[in-house]
Amino acid sequence: MMIELLEPLIPVLRRYARSLLRDRTAADDLVQDCLERAIAHWNQRRVDGDTRRWVFTILHNLAMTELKRRSTRSPDIDVESAENWLSTPPSQEDGLHHRALLRALEALPEDQRAVILLVSIEDLSYADAARILDVPIGTVMSRLSRAREKLLKSIREMPAEPAGRSHLRRVK
Amino acid sequence: MISRPITEDDLNAFVDQRLDPVRQAEVAAYLEAHPDVAERVSGYAAQRDDLRALLLPIADEPVPAALNVRHIAERQGRRSRLPWWAAAAAAVLIGFGGAGGWTLRGLSDPPAQGVASLGQEAADNYAVYSPDRLRPVELRAGAGTELADWIFTRLGRQVGVPNLEASGYRFMGGRVVATPHGPAALFMYDDDHGTRLVMLSRPMTVDRDVPMQPLSQPAASGFSWAAKGMGYSLVGPADAQALLHPIADEVRRQIGKGA
Repeated sequence: MMIELLEPLIPVLRRYARSLLRDRTAADDLVQDCLERAIAHWNQRRVDGDTRRWVFTILHNLAMTELKRRSTRSPDIDVESAENWLSTPPSQEDGLHHRALLRALEALPEDQRAVILLVSIEDLSYADAARILDVPIGTVMSRLSRAREKLLKSIREMPAEPAGRSHLRRVK
Repeated sequence: MISRPITEDDLNAFVDQRLDPVRQAEVAAYLEAHPDVAERVSGYAAQRDDLRALLLPIADEPVPAALNVRHIAERQGRRSRLPWWAAAAAAVLIGFGGAGGWTLRGLSDPPAQGVASLGQEAADNYAVYSPDRLRPVELRAGAGTELADWIFTRLGRQVGVPNLEASGYRFMGGRVVATPHGPAALFMYDDDHGTRLVMLSRPMTVDRDVPMQPLSQPAASGFSWAAKGMGYSLVGPADAQALLHPIADEVRRQIGKGA
């Protein structure tokens, strides 16, 4: 029962962790940690609750802790370039546009990025996203609205290859 | 017919296709009449499609062996399914080891006491009572003054119940528990995810006024401190250290104000 419920979630948990952390290895470590906790605390989940939401909550909290830990060290130091953490590199014709979009996503505050990922990528309901993030549903909606507006603005304003950031990355 | 005004929430739900068909049609009609808004919404939709094209394929990758739930479950099962006598034997051995080590430390060292000991007691009680589904607390919240009276009778001190609603934790209830230093009051809280926190409080003979310090136990996280002869320790899950700090601050603040 436990295994049957957890197993199908692993690919999407990896996707959420990796989209948040932008780091293949760190994301998989996080998912492993999450699965260990889910199994160890299996009896503590609400019987009426939804397993996907519960496991996503564990993973999200672990990811936030990890991101906080990173930001107190040195920012951006082990973030891979987009081509490495994505499953398939952006195609030739969409490459620049997609890279600009990914950079805009990275630039979002973590709480807005999490909403975009949970809603647009993981297809969680607004209510489930609110439970996972432990905020009222109205907060989810306003974060979503702000995140979309910001993404739209930055990809429209952003030159295809902003020198500043990519340059800095290469220097490290 | 006058329909409800279109909100930003509607526009986002339109992009995510979360509206019922009637509302979906209303929003579509609105967008037809407002090309500037329609342009923005189609920008959102394109952005959503692009992100999905980039990120969805991550879930198609083969799952690495380290993430095999069967193996993880087996590993945990082996750890926890030791026969009781093996666990008891291990406890005795650890006890001997500890006692041996203890005698070598010399007589000048005071035994474990003060807030370090209080933190240990809180972590022990957290480990016993927080996973309890049947009777995590002896007296539930809302049982009137019964709990406060009981604690006052056994501890000889009033212990106020901090209100942690603002941090998302509801007071579940409490009980009097045993410690090597006499009776202590235990309060338990939980949040919407079922995460439980425990606060332990007892009179102190050593460390009667000490600033907040983190727990040193690996199995739980939390903070302990003492003020005016009473010790307090707030503990929660092992990964909640960062989360607990502001809550512990809040508890200390309320107690300082005579909660």
